[in-house]
Amino acid sequence: MSETKTPGRLYRMWDSDIAYSFRKSPLAIVSGIVALVIVLAAVFAPWIAPTNPYDPSSLNLMDGFSRPMEPNAFTGNTFLLGADNQGRDVLSTILYGARISLFVGFSAVLFAMILGITAGLLAGYRGGWVDALLMRIADVQLSFPSILIALLIFGVARGFIPPSQRETMAIWVLIIAIGLSDWVQFARVVRGATMVEKGKEYVQAARVIGVHPVRILLRHILPNVMGPVLVIGTIGLALAIIAEATLSFLGVGVPPTQPSLGTLIRIGQQYLFSGEWWILLFPAMTLLALALAVNLLGDWLRDALNPRLR
Amino acid sequence: MLAFIIRRVVQSTIVMLVVALVAFALFRFVGDPIGAMVGQETSLEDRDALRTALGLNDPFVIQFGRFIGNAIQGDFGISYRLQQPVMELILQRLPATLELAFISGLAAFVFGVSAGVYTALNRRGTISTSIMAVSLIGVSLPTFLIGILLIWLFAVELQWLPSFGRGDTVELPGGWTTGFLTSSGRQSLILPAITLGLFQMTLIMRLVRAEMLEVLRTDYIKFARARGLSNRAVNFGHALKNTLVPVITITGLQLGAIIAFAIITETVFQWPGVGALFINSVRAVDVPVMAAYLVFIALIFVIINLIVDLLYYAVDPRLRVERSAARH
Repeated sequence: MSETKTPGRLYRMWDSDIAYSFRKSPLAIVSGIVALVIVLAAVFAPWIAPTNPYDPSSLNLMDGFSRPMEPNAFTGNTFLLGADNQGRDVLSTILYGARISLFVGFSAVLFAMILGITAGLLAGYRGGWVDALLMRIADVQLSFPSILIALLIFGVARGFIPPSQRETMAIWVLIIAIGLSDWVQFARVVRGATMVEKGKEYVQAARVIGVHPVRILLRHILPNVMGPVLVIGTIGLALAIIAEATLSFLGVGVPPTQPSLGTLIRIGQQYLFSGEWWILLFPAMTLLALALAVNLLGDWLRDALNPRLR
Repeated sequence: MLAFIIRRVVQSTIVMLVVALVAFALFRFVGDPIGAMVGQETSLEDRDALRTALGLNDPFVIQFGRFIGNAIQGDFGISYRLQQPVMELILQRLPATLELAFISGLAAFVFGVSAGVYTALNRRGTISTSIMAVSLIGVSLPTFLIGILLIWLFAVELQWLPSFGRGDTVELPGGWTTGFLTSSGRQSLILPAITLGLFQMTLIMRLVRAEMLEVLRTDYIKFARARGLSNRAVNFGHALKNTLVPVITITGLQLGAIIAFAIITETVFQWPGVGALFINSVRAVDVPVMAAYLVFIALIFVIINLIVDLLYYAVDPRLRVERSAARH
């Protein structure tokens, strides 16, 4: 509308350094498109999936093990990516599965981010014993692989939940377990950045005029430490998606009534030996494409936000 | 140095105590042990008498102390699922896990170091570029997908190697079962060992490559070349030797990771080890086994970290200065 005099918000975004670096990196564009397509397909799964794989009335066991793109010998139905052992359309299970994988991944990263940012701001700003205690815990946790931490937390939490609620609570337990296994990265980076920002004039000035410490932390320091947090968050998302898939593959993640990509791979693995490769291959490729795309986006974001590395 | 050791030992003890507390809480507060032991007709008085006799009415601290005392003696009670003493179960399965971890760790180290040296010395070669590309895939593929891929290729399509289990084992004196002595045991080991070691191998390879490139640029390498030493002597006698300190440290730390990732590999290949035992226990909420595994894996990690930290400190004097400078 008034692009010549006062550029609109969209134009300013298009013109920013980050957008420029995005346009100049083919790898980032491809990964961005792949990630966007999978996320959109997952979000709109109920509208774009050919069938609802978890509606028992729409399933026909005779459709089981239909090969991709070939009409079924008994029913004559054709499935783009084939059908699994129960006659569910593999494409639809992937769309619904990616939905659950992404939901768990995003929620776990968000949880880890909130936890890590809070701990990091507190440790960096207060210092003293709070800092010492939090960083000691972080050190200890960092010496264990995060998938092991998630697995142990999940196992322990499962023990404490009454058997009747295990199925319904599983997804939340999973989110908390993966989140708790991943907060350390955020806490460390935020703590380091906070300690630097704390000494700068604008924070000193805010403190002198009597701004409440919580307000200083949230309104003044937090926006200035968000760059690295976003980078870790993006790479953390890829790790969380893989962690969820691994736990579900091991049969200790989301319940079988809500299969994620990991659960689908677990189911598909059972049919690999008898030659029904499509039940395994397509979910595995989706998982791989998603994790790789998000990972590459994270790498690109790190380079874009940190020009010194170029 | 002594103060450092004491601080690390104290820290390790605190970690172990916290883990033991979680394990104990699992033990004590999940389900009612009395309910599992007696029938429905038992009166409340009898139940209470049994509770007192078993010490379940004692204060928390005393019960926790007793738990630690038993744990130190290796007594973690009886598995709900398998009705065997937990320690017996773990010891039965330990050789399988340790053999797998040892072979994959060794393979990762040997192949990682050689590939790292090769790619550092021939940076632009075709083989180096392809090794680096493969290593990128190795890093981004989740462990369980690597396992499935190998099973599909070598067990289903080519039918060269077995896809599950440990093959035939031989029992050595002392109760240690080994798969090294039979050909089916050795064949069964190959795919799980590659699955488990691939990630560590790429890690070591990238580290060796980066360190080598760094060292090859330094002055003493140039002087060594100027003195007319052979390429072999410079590359291996001077350069490689100096890259190995961080490599050995990282490898040490990765030993713990190998034992942790063995959980995934053992599940994919139905390998009868401790990790598979743990996963099955989590699925069945078999609390004594879970509690024991928790303590066991924490102990392994704490010991490995302690040893590596002490080695680190002893081997490289520069770190001592840097570390104390960073702390203050």
